[in-house]
Amino acid sequence: MLLEWILGFVFLIVKLTIVLIILLTVAAYLVWVERKLLGRIQARYGPNRAGEFGLLQPLADLVKLITKEDTVPQEANKGIFLLAPGVVGLMALLIFAVVPFGSGVTLWGRSIPLVITDLNVGLLFILALSSISVYGIALGGWASNSKYSLLGGIRGAAQMISYEVPMGLSLVPVVMLARSFSLVEITNAQSARPFIFVQPVSFILFLIAALAEIKRIPFDLPEAENELGAGYHTEYSGMRFGLFFLGEYITMIILGSLIAVFFLGGWHGPLLPPIIWFLLKVGIIVFTLIWFRATFPRIRYDQLMNTGWKVLIPIALLNIVVTGALVLGTS
Amino acid sequence: MGTIKNLAEGITALLKGLATTLKILSRKPVTEQYPEYRRPLPARSRAVIVLTRDPDGEERCVACYLCSAVCPVSCISMQSAEREDGRRYPRWFRINFARCIYCGLCEEACPTLAIQLTPNFETSGRDILKLVYEKEDLLVNHGGKNNEYNFYKRAGVAMVGDKGTQINEDKPVDLKSNLP
Repeated sequence: MLLEWILGFVFLIVKLTIVLIILLTVAAYLVWVERKLLGRIQARYGPNRAGEFGLLQPLADLVKLITKEDTVPQEANKGIFLLAPGVVGLMALLIFAVVPFGSGVTLWGRSIPLVITDLNVGLLFILALSSISVYGIALGGWASNSKYSLLGGIRGAAQMISYEVPMGLSLVPVVMLARSFSLVEITNAQSARPFIFVQPVSFILFLIAALAEIKRIPFDLPEAENELGAGYHTEYSGMRFGLFFLGEYITMIILGSLIAVFFLGGWHGPLLPPIIWFLLKVGIIVFTLIWFRATFPRIRYDQLMNTGWKVLIPIALLNIVVTGALVLGTS
Repeated sequence: MGTIKNLAEGITALLKGLATTLKILSRKPVTEQYPEYRRPLPARSRAVIVLTRDPDGEERCVACYLCSAVCPVSCISMQSAEREDGRRYPRWFRINFARCIYCGLCEEACPTLAIQLTPNFETSGRDILKLVYEKEDLLVNHGGKNNEYNFYKRAGVAMVGDKGTQINEDKPVDLKSNLP
């Protein structure tokens, strides 16, 4: 009994380690991929000096960020200032705990589910954590005691709170169809056909709201370089800035995984092994995010608020009503 | 109806933008990979300054200070001296390339074609004092853009030989034969 428990614990730790290492490596190389793609879209090469095709660039960046001086502004609120980047990085990592990335494998007679933990309220867990990561932005901006940081932090808080509502609402039809909050159950409910064909409106709403939630172009108002310096992380340097940066790229992967799980059928797909299908779907979404960044200009603050409150939320509510009626009518 | 038309227009615009970026993604980058590929520069492009020599192998510079005077950033300095035969030369000649803006005014001002700008621009280094070039660093063993020109054959020193024997000089006219 005890042996069984210890064995399970060891398996869990090994799984955690592997997932963490892969996630961090992929996040680091995502920076390289993004810079490369942006470069090609702007008819230049992107990083190609560090190693073959610039493949050692993430390593060089890491060394640079770690060896840089870690400055704290004199008037900053030190405790919160030092804590904020950790909140962003940690919340980004924690969300991945409930994301299923494969159907499960059998190893030495034990079946191992390819998800860190199959929480039965996984979806709510994700929404909660993404709300907490607002604190990282808002507190980081406030604690820096700089006007640019403060403006960035305020914008971040306003934007993320506004877009949390349509993001949550756009997922309600998914829950209605899957009849579960668990991400594994939601994936399994799409074994026949992905929800994107059933809920295209929901998909578009979630994509827009989640783009705003992770502060990517065209919704990058909190860090708007040409208005606010660097927004909420203006005063950060060295690895603390690196943590904000890392958090941003992990959130990109997480957004890809969430869209894959909620709308593209997760690991389900013909011919190829499940994990390959999952990675493929995440890759497509991440490519789309970079593609958007290369194409769209930043939207204005009033446009941001108008889109969120006057367009996305009414459409999301309407979508819930229609889906609810259809689900009731057909069952 | 207006709203739907606006929406359709907006979405078409977004898709057009996405199509454009995707099209450029498949294009070859236009970047020149500098240290591997060095673009052939035009012969008259302006960068590092040299002091040329005349065909006899002597310094062309006559230390007239015109380049130093015209230089807008005052990066040229020198000390003039004179040889026994009356030929002037700079005792030392110094150009601070950390200040030089490669405007080429010194080359225009030079009466003896001594100071000239070359297309070589690769002077960057770790030590800023290495950018201060002395006369030995500046002198080259050729005539630059005009290899034939020789100032001291025409002026600047006591005349050797008779009137009418100098370069491009006509024989002196005999005043008496010139009368009407």
